[in-house]
Amino acid sequence: MEHYLSLFVRAVFVDNLALSFFLGMCTFIAISKQIKTAFSLGIAVTVVLGLSVPLNNIVFKQFLAPGALDWLGFPDTDLSFLGFIAYIGVIAGLVQVLEMFLDKYVPSLYNALGIFLPLITVNCAIFGGVAFMVERDYTLAESAVFGLGGGVGWTLAITVMAAVSEKLKYADVPVALRGLGSRFIMVGLMSLGFLSFSGVSL
Amino acid sequence: MASAKEMKALVFGPVFANNPIALQVLGICSALAVTTKLDKALVMGLALTLVTAFSSMFISMIRNHIPSSVRIIVQMTIIASLVIVVDQILKAYAYNVAKELSVFVGLIITNCIVMGRAEAYAMKSPPLMSFLDGIGNGLGYTVLLVIVAVVRELLGSGTLLGVEILPLISAGGWYQPNGLLLMPPSAFFIIGLLIWMLRTWRPEQQEKH
Repeated sequence: MEHYLSLFVRAVFVDNLALSFFLGMCTFIAISKQIKTAFSLGIAVTVVLGLSVPLNNIVFKQFLAPGALDWLGFPDTDLSFLGFIAYIGVIAGLVQVLEMFLDKYVPSLYNALGIFLPLITVNCAIFGGVAFMVERDYTLAESAVFGLGGGVGWTLAITVMAAVSEKLKYADVPVALRGLGSRFIMVGLMSLGFLSFSGVSL
Repeated sequence: MASAKEMKALVFGPVFANNPIALQVLGICSALAVTTKLDKALVMGLALTLVTAFSSMFISMIRNHIPSSVRIIVQMTIIASLVIVVDQILKAYAYNVAKELSVFVGLIITNCIVMGRAEAYAMKSPPLMSFLDGIGNGLGYTVLLVIVAVVRELLGSGTLLGVEILPLISAGGWYQPNGLLLMPPSAFFIIGLLIWMLRTWRPEQQEKH
C-alpha cells in the first residue's frame, strides 16, 4: 500500500508530466487561459491516462514483450518494436469508445469534455505516460496508480497555470513578451516551485 | 513544376521567418526535455526532420486516396511506422544517445509539427513540395532546439558536445557552472526569452490584447 501511495505522490508532484517532462505542452499553453476549461481538459486527460496506461500495460505484457506470446505457442517472438503503433492505436480506440460511451450514458460529462476528447489522442501527456510505463516496467497495479497520479499532476499544473494567467491579465507586460513569452516564463517559475518537491518520498 | 525560388522558400522559410516552435508553439512537448546536451538535441532534431519530411511525402503521395473521415488514423499509422524505423535505427547504431533520449523519440508520433504539416500542407500539395516543406519545418525545430541546448550545455556544464569550453572550478578552472540550467525550469525561461527577442525583432508577431 505504502509503495503505491509513494508512487502516486511521486507521479503528482515530483515527476509531474507537464512541468518536469514538458509533456502536453501544446494544449497546456493554448488552453490554460480560463480555469474552467483548463480543469475540464485536466479531468479528460486524467480519465484517459488512468485507463490507457493500464490497458497498454496489458497489451505490452500479454502480446508485445519478449516471450509474451508463449500462450499462443510462440515462445521466442519479440514484438516490442511494434510498441509505438500498438499504443497509439489503443489510445485512439479508447478515446473513441469513451466518447461514444459518455455521449450515450453520461451526456452532462460528454458536453463538458466534448470538444477536448478527440484532441486527447494526440496529447503528448497520454503517450508519454504510456511510454514511461513501458520504460520503467511497471506492473498492472503500478501502472494504474501511475496513470491516475500523472493525470492528477497534469490537471494540477494546468489549472494553477490558468489561475495565474487570469490574474496576469491585469499586469502591464512588455508588448513583445505578451501572450506566449510571458506564459513560458510563468511555467518556468511554476516548474521551479515544483522542484522543491523533489526531495519528497514516503 | 515549382520554381527553385519557391522550393528555397519552403525549406528556409520555417527556419527563421516562420519558425514553427517560436511562432505557432508547435511541438514544444518533446522539444525541451532533450536540450540538456547538444548531442541529444542534434539527434532529436535530425530524427524529427526525417520523420516530418518522409511522412509528409508519403501522405502527399496517397492524399487523393485517403477518405477524409479516416485521414487522421492513416496519417498516424504512417507517422508511427516511420518513428519505429527511426527508433530501431537509433537503437542499432547510436545506442547511448537512444538510451538518453528514452521515451522522447517515441513522442515524435504525437508531435504537433509532424501532424500539423501532414494535415495543413501535405494533404493538398504534391510529394516533392511536401518533402521539402517537411525538411524546412524540421530544420526550424532543430535550430531552436540547438540554440536552447547550446545555452544549457555551455552554461550548465561548461562543455559543448562533451568538449570542455569553460574550465570548471572543480577541475581547476575559473567557471562556476549554473546548475539550474540542467534542470527543467531553465528550458522554459530560455524559450520565453527567445520569444521575447524574436518578437522585439519582428513586431508583427506580437500579440495584441
